[in-house]
Amino acid sequence: MNELRYEAPKTLKAALALLAGANGSARMLAGGTDLVIQMRSGRIEPELLLDLKSIPEMMTIVSKNGGYRFGAAVSCMDLIEHEAFAKAWPGVIDGIKLIGSIQVKARASVGGNLCNASPAADSVPALIAAGARVSILGPNGKREVPVEEIPIGPGKTSLAPGEIVVSILLPKRPAHSGDAYLRFTPRTEMDIAVVGAGVNLTLDGRGKCRQARVCLGAVADRALLVPEAAAALIGTKVDAAALERLAAAASAACRPIDDKRGTREFRIKVAGVMARRAAELALTRARGN
Amino acid sequence: MSTMVKYEEKPLKVVGTRPIRPDGVDKVTGRARFAADYSLPGQLIGKVLRSPHAHARLKSIDTSAALALPGVKAVVTRDDFADMASEFAASGELTINFRDVTRNMMAREKVFYDGHPVAAVAATSESIARAALKLIKVEYEVLPHVIDVVEAMKADAPILHEQQFTDGVTPKPDKPSNIAKRMVFARGDLEAGFKQADLIIEHEFNTKPVHQGYIEPQACLASYSEDGQVELWTGTQGHFVFRAQCAKVLQMDTGKLRVTPTELGGGFGGKNNIYGEPLAIALSRKSQRPVKMVMTREEVFRATGPTSGANVKVKIGCTKDGRIVAAEAELNFQAGAFAGSSVGMACPCTFTRYDIDNVRVVGHDVTVNRPKVAAYRAPGAPIIVFGVESVIDELAKALAIDPIEFRLKNAAKEGTQTYYGPKLGPIGYIETLTKAKAHPHYRAPLGPNQGRGVATGFWFNIGMETSSRLNVNEDGTVTLIMGTVDVAGGSRASMAMMVAEEFGIAYDRVRPVIGDTNALGFNFITAGSRGTFAGGMAAVLSAREAIGKLRQRVAQIREVALEDVLWKDGVAQPAPGGAKQFAPMTLAEIARMAGKTGGSISGQSEINAQGAGPGFCTHIVDVEVDKQTGAVKILRYTIVQDVGKAIHPAYVEGQMQGAAVQGIGWSLNEEYFYGADGVLQNPGFLDYRVPVASDVPFIDTVIVEVPNPNHPYGVRGCGEVSIIPPIAAISNAINNAVGIRLRNQPMSPPAVLKALGEAASGKTKS
Amino acid sequence: MAKHRVSATVNGDAVEFLCETQQTLLDVLRDELHLTGTKEGCGTGDCGACSVTVEGRLMCSCLMLGVEAAGKSIQTIEGMAQGEALHPLQRKFLEHAALQCGVCTPGFLIAARSLLERNPDPSEEEVRYGLAGNLCRCTGYHKIVEAVLDAAREMRGA
Repeated sequence: MNELRYEAPKTLKAALALLAGANGSARMLAGGTDLVIQMRSGRIEPELLLDLKSIPEMMTIVSKNGGYRFGAAVSCMDLIEHEAFAKAWPGVIDGIKLIGSIQVKARASVGGNLCNASPAADSVPALIAAGARVSILGPNGKREVPVEEIPIGPGKTSLAPGEIVVSILLPKRPAHSGDAYLRFTPRTEMDIAVVGAGVNLTLDGRGKCRQARVCLGAVADRALLVPEAAAALIGTKVDAAALERLAAAASAACRPIDDKRGTREFRIKVAGVMARRAAELALTRARGN
Repeated sequence: MSTMVKYEEKPLKVVGTRPIRPDGVDKVTGRARFAADYSLPGQLIGKVLRSPHAHARLKSIDTSAALALPGVKAVVTRDDFADMASEFAASGELTINFRDVTRNMMAREKVFYDGHPVAAVAATSESIARAALKLIKVEYEVLPHVIDVVEAMKADAPILHEQQFTDGVTPKPDKPSNIAKRMVFARGDLEAGFKQADLIIEHEFNTKPVHQGYIEPQACLASYSEDGQVELWTGTQGHFVFRAQCAKVLQMDTGKLRVTPTELGGGFGGKNNIYGEPLAIALSRKSQRPVKMVMTREEVFRATGPTSGANVKVKIGCTKDGRIVAAEAELNFQAGAFAGSSVGMACPCTFTRYDIDNVRVVGHDVTVNRPKVAAYRAPGAPIIVFGVESVIDELAKALAIDPIEFRLKNAAKEGTQTYYGPKLGPIGYIETLTKAKAHPHYRAPLGPNQGRGVATGFWFNIGMETSSRLNVNEDGTVTLIMGTVDVAGGSRASMAMMVAEEFGIAYDRVRPVIGDTNALGFNFITAGSRGTFAGGMAAVLSAREAIGKLRQRVAQIREVALEDVLWKDGVAQPAPGGAKQFAPMTLAEIARMAGKTGGSISGQSEINAQGAGPGFCTHIVDVEVDKQTGAVKILRYTIVQDVGKAIHPAYVEGQMQGAAVQGIGWSLNEEYFYGADGVLQNPGFLDYRVPVASDVPFIDTVIVEVPNPNHPYGVRGCGEVSIIPPIAAISNAINNAVGIRLRNQPMSPPAVLKALGEAASGKTKS
Repeated sequence: MAKHRVSATVNGDAVEFLCETQQTLLDVLRDELHLTGTKEGCGTGDCGACSVTVEGRLMCSCLMLGVEAAGKSIQTIEGMAQGEALHPLQRKFLEHAALQCGVCTPGFLIAARSLLERNPDPSEEEVRYGLAGNLCRCTGYHKIVEAVLDAAREMRGA
């Protein structure tokens, strides 16, 4: 019978050692809002649970050179309630606010949301649009990669065996920047995104868009960065015509499936709608900054 | 003999007020005990192994490795249960067949759905029980499956039951069929009727199965003693019916099984059927220890309920001034793995809101590879009424007649002859329509992409066997023992209120409790909105019997004739115009002397309640459609419903509101998703989407009271009728908002968006 | 199987229990501590019937492991009343008939208390979104929202 062990290491070094010793049968426990469900349904059968919440670097939110670094195990609620962070990155917070109910957000973490690698993960599109980077520690040391390199397919990440995602880094924001994340769900709350759209843009002093990133969720096997959609905005004042082109590019980039949450046809159409609405919200925020 | 107790109009002190429910404090403190909250020392945990296939022959089951696992104390399979011959029985609002009951609780020759039980174990812990399930080896011969009702009716469909020949067809068919039964209800001359019509509209509608969605999964605790006595605690809507069914499938004496109904965490018809109870009892018998079985939410979705999915066709003809002259419908309902859907109840509900001379309704009960359907609040009616009330709406629109006005022109009323047999007694349908039309909601302005829809509902309500007793305690308080399970609606409070009214004492001097099966005679399931109606009737009769005895005691104590003693306002007093005066006696004074004057004072009643009054309602809903995403938002909702008499108005409102929100969920987002392999893909509350608080607005309620003449307080059941109109009302509202007509449920965003796209490109056939 | 020995505080009382790694806090509360007021509706964090607060934070006890409760302070429905005095939310639920079957009620009360602690003057919309993590199938939410708004009013002294 499965003897499931539980460890709560106090340092990253101790965590890595336990992970190495488990030979691939260990799972990270942060909020557990995906892990506990998968374990109890029998979908996964780990032999060791590594509770990361006693490791300080994984649990802190630090402002650094105008940017932010937050631990991968920090709860959604802690991020939402961090006034300065929420003010700097409202789009990232939009996504985090949608990860399940208030009860779920008290436990769920961005690290978990990212590494669970659901193509519909709500925190991911806005993080990718924001240009966030991930700090990883493993047996071969430290490395840092853009967030979009982590998920490689449903339930699969690019992490090597023995690696832990330690923190997520958000860069310093230029002036006149704004971001937003919107998603479509059949109910007003409690659903997995059928389509998600994260938009981050920066305007120049005269209201013209000089930088943009657009990322879609739930329309492919992982979050999709759509350069053509961003290109539709760059150099424009983000007027109706530019938004139309953005919407069309977003719809064109989708590679969705039919499933119990939505049809292919629906996702393609609504991807354009949500991308446009997210861009409009990001624009309002950028103009306010 | 059946019992009807006439309605008396009289001034009321308790009935009609809003006291706190007697089970309330326990529920807000966490003290109330639901089935899964019960435990016994030494208990084992029971778990069920379920088929992963939608349709397969069960070739062999090897439980030896499971039995050998340390901690496993018993295992049961089909070999532990007797085969049952075909025998029908009423169970709530549906009919069950014992041959099928025993097969549904534990597969015998075949498995018929993903989730069908094939074995069960009892072990010292949940983790050991789960590990034991993995060690059971089952050999299946997978067969082709069918889950769609239209597909299942085709001649070349995979057949579930080789011995099932369509009942109700002559000559008797010689080929087995998934169509278990065909039924016809008719009146007048349909062809002649349609010839008189200036306008005929005909459409087909499809609905998916939906689950009752009670928040408490099924759970039970069974304890078998060496002398064959069994105690069972379970969440049930009918403990006497559960006792009868368990005793039968386990081939034991009814009187040896004591069933205690635990506080019920929602039923809506879904807890009218036994699932794990016989398995827990059998495991307890084998292990000599109590066995507790609690379903997971996944098991609830895979293996209990749901309601039928269906394909229905509706055709209605009317004159140019809006008088319906002919109506026809075909109802094809999924029964799930075994015959017995609610099509038999849906057929009589189809057109009964209207007075139509020429009607024909044909129903088919069809087996498919899904869990056996269970009743769900007005079983079957929401499905067919979706079709009928949508067609009514189209007729009214085509003739430029106001939708409520159209219904008023054709409304059923007292004396209307139904097409399924009886003539309607006094009813409140027209009152609900009139009040709805006059309601401010009906005139409120609407904005862009917003629309208003109207639809109406009818449900028979039932009576049936009921028994109760009450005892007057030594201090004049009264304990009422009821046998109708309080399925959350608050009927305990309503019973206590009626008893308090009869005695003329304060509400909190009456304590209502639900008796177990040892305490009372047979009580039918709390279903069909019968709780307050039939339970109330029995409680009132018990009270009246006790009051008769109290008067007798006073006559004895005061040495006067019985007819000189009047009971009024909690006091035995001299009857006006009576021969002798005497000092009145209060209930408490008489009770204190009871021992000395002949023993304790009680009243009881065992009846088969008849005269249930049908319920009618009219709903108005406003929606807003997001044309870019297909999302439908419910802006405003108003219900006008005739309840006969609202014993406790807040609980009546609660029934109306709860039913309507279930209907909203049914309309917009609830459905079962199956893969091509026939396996259920959304057995959880994440992807089976019931409404959350932010999905719905306040639901305004208007209570109409046209008393039922066959109940002492005029009660009609009220629990079911308001789940019936929402689907049609919302579809009608969407049509008024953005011009599309949806005839498939659920009207989820992809369906709405697709219809909008087709309408825009001119592809829609209207 | 070796169990974990865990010390925690529940409703202000020190408790100690044994649990297997895979037992959730919900399992522990109900099966080891016999506090059955917290209910399992789904086991997957989708219905909120198992809501408790841990260190003052509202969460689903079905998504937390029992072993993680070590050293934490947990509040369940059993601790909501203060002696004989019901919490205003409990009273208002009764007055407004905001419960029918009652199985979702403990979760709603815990969630509503947490909501009002963070936002003592919520609008109707804020109440509905704040309680979106709790499913009710009986009431249609109408009387629950009314009860919470009324309790908020009383608690503000308004």
